[in-house]
Amino acid sequence: MKISVIITLKKDVLDPQGKVIHQALDGMGFNDVNEVRQGKFFEIDTKESNPKKATNKVEEMCKKLLANLVIEDYKIIDTQ
Amino acid sequence: MKSSVITFPGSNCDRDMDVALKKFGFKNKMVWHNDIELPKSDLVVLPGGFSYGDYLRCGSMASKSKIMKSVINFANGGGMIMGICNGFQILVETGLLPGVLLRNKYLEFICKNVFIKINDEQNRYFKNINNNVLELHIAHNEGNYFCTKDQLKEIEENDQIAINYCDKSGNIGEQFNPNGSINNIAGIFNKKKNILGMMPHPERMIDPYLSGEDGSIFFKNLINNLK
Amino acid sequence: MIVNEQIAIDHGLKKDEYIKICELLKRTPNITELGIFSAMWNEHCSYKSSRLHLKKLPTKGKQVIQGPGENAGVVDIGDNDAIVFKIESHNHPSFIEPYQGAATGVGGIMRDVFTMGARPIANLNSIHFGSPQHKKTKNLLRGVVQGIGGYGNCMGVPTIAGQTNFDSSYNGNILVNAMTLGLVKKDKIFYSKATGLNKPVIYVGSKTGRDGIHGASMASASFDENIEEKKPTVQVGDPFTEKLLLEACLELMAGDSIIAIQDMGAAGLTSSSIEMASKGNLGIEINLNKVPCREAKMTPYEIMLSESQERMLIVLENGKEELAKKIFDKWNLDFAVIGKTTKSKKIELFFDDKIVADIPVNTLVENSPMYDRKWKKAKLPKKNKINKEDLNNLKIIEVLKKILSNPNVCSKEWIWQQYDHTVMGDTIQKPGGDSGVVRVHGTNKAVAASIDSSAVYCWAHPLTGGKQVVCESFRNLISVGAKPIAITNCLNFGSPENDENMGEFVECVQGIGEASEYLKFPVVSGNVSFYNQTKKEGIKPTPSIGGVGLIKNYKEMITMEFKEIDNIVLVIGKTEGHIDQSLFARNILDEKNGPPPEINLFNEKNNGETLLKLIENNLIQSAHDVSLGGIITAISKMCIKGNKGINLKKPKFLINEIEYFFAEDQGRYIVEITKKDLKKVTEILNKNAVHFDELGIINKNELYINEKTKVTIDELRRSNTNWLNNYMSK
Repeated sequence: MKISVIITLKKDVLDPQGKVIHQALDGMGFNDVNEVRQGKFFEIDTKESNPKKATNKVEEMCKKLLANLVIEDYKIIDTQ
Repeated sequence: MKSSVITFPGSNCDRDMDVALKKFGFKNKMVWHNDIELPKSDLVVLPGGFSYGDYLRCGSMASKSKIMKSVINFANGGGMIMGICNGFQILVETGLLPGVLLRNKYLEFICKNVFIKINDEQNRYFKNINNNVLELHIAHNEGNYFCTKDQLKEIEENDQIAINYCDKSGNIGEQFNPNGSINNIAGIFNKKKNILGMMPHPERMIDPYLSGEDGSIFFKNLINNLK
Repeated sequence: MIVNEQIAIDHGLKKDEYIKICELLKRTPNITELGIFSAMWNEHCSYKSSRLHLKKLPTKGKQVIQGPGENAGVVDIGDNDAIVFKIESHNHPSFIEPYQGAATGVGGIMRDVFTMGARPIANLNSIHFGSPQHKKTKNLLRGVVQGIGGYGNCMGVPTIAGQTNFDSSYNGNILVNAMTLGLVKKDKIFYSKATGLNKPVIYVGSKTGRDGIHGASMASASFDENIEEKKPTVQVGDPFTEKLLLEACLELMAGDSIIAIQDMGAAGLTSSSIEMASKGNLGIEINLNKVPCREAKMTPYEIMLSESQERMLIVLENGKEELAKKIFDKWNLDFAVIGKTTKSKKIELFFDDKIVADIPVNTLVENSPMYDRKWKKAKLPKKNKINKEDLNNLKIIEVLKKILSNPNVCSKEWIWQQYDHTVMGDTIQKPGGDSGVVRVHGTNKAVAASIDSSAVYCWAHPLTGGKQVVCESFRNLISVGAKPIAITNCLNFGSPENDENMGEFVECVQGIGEASEYLKFPVVSGNVSFYNQTKKEGIKPTPSIGGVGLIKNYKEMITMEFKEIDNIVLVIGKTEGHIDQSLFARNILDEKNGPPPEINLFNEKNNGETLLKLIENNLIQSAHDVSLGGIITAISKMCIKGNKGINLKKPKFLINEIEYFFAEDQGRYIVEITKKDLKKVTEILNKNAVHFDELGIINKNELYINEKTKVTIDELRRSNTNWLNNYMSK
C-alpha cells in the first residue's frame, strides 16, 4: 500500500525558503498572502497491507530518518 | 566594449565577473535587480551565486526580478547574454534557454577544475578561439542539465550544445562529467546563439596564480569577437 | 510565575549563584530577569571557569590592533589593511542536527567578523568525529560537511583550509569549530562599545522567533543518555538573509552613522545589548514591543533569550535613522528603532508599557561568577621501550601505505570539494596544502591561514600538547612562505567540574601561552567549549589553533608539491626517533601510552625563521612540515601532489630506519632545493646552527629506498585517496 507523508519545519522554527518565496510572491503582485511554509512530500510504497501496521511503520521511519524532530514535524496524510 | 553584470540578492560572483571583464578591456557596469532599464551594453552577464538563496528552485525567483523584463527584450533584439552557473539557471527559468538544471547526480556540491570541449565556433562567443579544449572551474550543486527528448533532438540539430565535459585531450565521456548532465552538456545556446548559459566559471581562471588561466583565453577571444 | 530556587536550578544556575543574584538585586528576580542572568552567567557567556586562566595568555604584539574581548581579533598587515579573525565552536548543536548546527556555526563566526566592518575573505574549519566504525559517524560527517558548505558557499566566501579527525572519544560529542578571516581598512574598524547618551538602538536583520531559547545554556551542559528524547531546539540557518545582512551592514559602515555594533549570537538580544552597555559604561533602555517578531504572542522572556540567527544590534548617531532604514529596506531586511542609550547604567526593558526587567549592567558582567576550579596536574608518562627487532620485521612500504590510508592522514578531497574554495577569485592555495592562502584583493599581499589540533598529544601530556599545537600552526604558515602574525584558539574540553578535565584545560592553556609568547605569536581571539562530555565520558582535550600569517608578495608563495626531477630534498630539524604517541606507535604497534614528542621552542623558532630566510632568498622550491606519520609520510604527500618520486638515501644514523622515517619529532620541515643552490642553502643553515639531513633526489614516479623497498607514486596515491571515498560511498 501507499502512504503519503508531509514533513514541514515546526511551527516555531524559521522557514527561510518559505519566507523568501513569500517575499517573491509579494513582489509579483500576490499581495494577500499571509505566510508560506515549504515542506517535503514522501510517497512510500510498502509491502505491508494492514493500514494500521503500515502507518505505524511509516511513523517510525519519520521519527528515525525522514524527519529530524528537533526542527521538523511529520504528518501522515493518506493511506491507500 | 560595454558590459553589464546584474546583481541579484544572493549573487556572489558578480564582483569576480566585474574584475574579469575589466581585466580584458570591457567597460563594465553593475546593475541592480530592482532597476528597470538596462544600460546600453554589448554584453549582459548574469553572474553566479545563490540568488534568493537558491530557495524553491535555483534561479526561479531571480527570473521574476524587475530587470529581467529588459534583459528579455535585449535578448529578443539579438543582444549578447551570458549566464554563468546561477546565471545559467536563471536563463533556463526565464525560458530564454531550453531545459532545466537538476541537482548533481551524487547529491553533492562540487568545486573543482574540469575540461570542456567547445562544440560550435559559428557564434560570437567562441569564433576564432585558439584552443577548443579549455580547463575551467566548476562550483555548483545543481548543474545536472536535463531536457526532454524532443528538446534534445532540437538543440542537437541546431548545434545549440555549446560545450561538453571532456578530458584533457577533448574526449567527451561520462567519466569526465561531474554532475550527470544529459549528453555531458556543460553549456548551451539559444537558437540564434546570442544567449549562452554554462556551468563553468571562466572568471575564476584568469591568472596563473589561481586555479588556472584558460578563462583568459575565453575572455580575450570574446572581446575580440565583439569588436 | 514567581521565581524560586528550583526554577533557578532548572535554568542551569547553581544554588549559591541564585543567592548571589538575589543579593545583587536586593530582591527576587522576575522570570525575565532570571532568564537574563542564567544566560549571562552560564559558562558560554561568562567564561566563569576559564577566565582566570585565559588571562595568562599573551595577547599583545606589534601587529595586534585588537586582542580578545571584542567580536574578533584584529591584526595589522600594513598599508592601512587589517585582518579580522576568530574561531568558534558549535559542537553541541551539530551533534543534535548536524546540517543546521554546522551551518549556523559558520554563519555565527562570519557575523562576528563582519560586525567589525570586515568583509569575510576566507573560512576554515576543524571538525572531529567519533570512530569511523561508530554507527553515527558517517551521517554526522555528511551532515556537517554539507552544512558548512551550504552556508559558506551561499555566502560566497571561500573555504580554504581545514582539518578532519576521527577518534572514539568523540563518539558522543563531535566537534565543529569554524574560523573566518575578514579584510578591513584599519581606520574603518567597528567596535561594540556604545558611547553617547540618548543614541538610538537599532535592531536589524531577521525577525525574532522562538529559536534555540537557551542554546547558550545547552552549550554549557553535558549530554546525558536522554539526549535523543530531549531534543532541545536548534536554529535553522538562513545564509541568504545573512548575505543580505552582510551587504547591508557594509553599505551602512561605509558612512559614519554607526557608533557601535554587535551581532546577536549566543543569548541573542540579552548578551548583545548588555555587552554594548557594559563596554560603554552606559545603560540601555529597550521597548520589547518594537522588536520585530516572527510569531505572535512572544513573551519578554522569549524575546530576550531567542537565538534566532542573522540579527544585529546597532547604536546609531542621532538623525541617521532614515538613512540606515533606507539601506536595510533596499536589502529587504527588518529594521526597527527599539530603544536608546541611557545614563542609568542599567538594562531596562519595557513591554506593554510596563517595566519587565531592571538590572544594573555590572551585576551581569563584572559581578558574574568566576571560579578557580580544582584541577589535577598531569604527569609526563614514561617512555615505552620499543623492541628493535619487532621494528626490523616490519616492511616499510606496507606500513607507509597503512599510514597514508589512515582516516586522520588520508586525503580529505571528498570533503573540501564540497566547499566552494575559489569564489572571490583570490584563492592561490587551495585546501590540501599546509595553509590556505588568499590574496588581499587588488594588492601584492596574501594572507595564509591554517587550523590545527593534536588531541592525542594533548591527552598524553596537556602542557606539551598545548605547546605543540601552536608550533604546528607556526610551521604550517612558514611552509607556505608566510610570516606568522597571530592566532585564535578554540578550546574544546570535557567538564570543568571534573578535576582531570580541568587540569587538561589549565595545562593546555599554559602550553599555548608559553609557545605563543616565545614565538611572538599572540592570541587575539578565541572561544571555550566545555562540557563536551556524555555521561562520565569526556573528549580528549582538543584545543584548535587557527594561525594567520602574511606573505608580502604572493608570487613568492611556496607550495608543497615536488617540482623538478633531480632536485635535492632535505629535512630541516633534527630527527631523534621519537615514536611514542606517533601515528606509527598507535596504529602499527598498537601502543597508546608514552609521552608526546618534546617541544624545543628555541629550535622551533630558529628552524622556522631560518626557513623563512631561505624562502626570502628564493632558495626553496617546495616545502612541507613534518607532522603525523613522520618524514616518509610528509615526503609521500609531496610526491603525490607533485606527481614525482624520490630516491631516498639510507639514513646514516644510529637510529633504526623505521624510527627515522616514522618518528614524530617536532620542528621539522621537508624542503626541495635545486642542485646549484645546495651550497648556499647549506651555508645559511649552518650559519644559523640549524640541523639538517640530505634525504634524497627527486625522480620521475617512484619512492625508492632499495631494490626490495620501492613503490610507485600512483600506488601511494591510491592508498591516500581511497579510504574516505570508499567510506562515504558505502
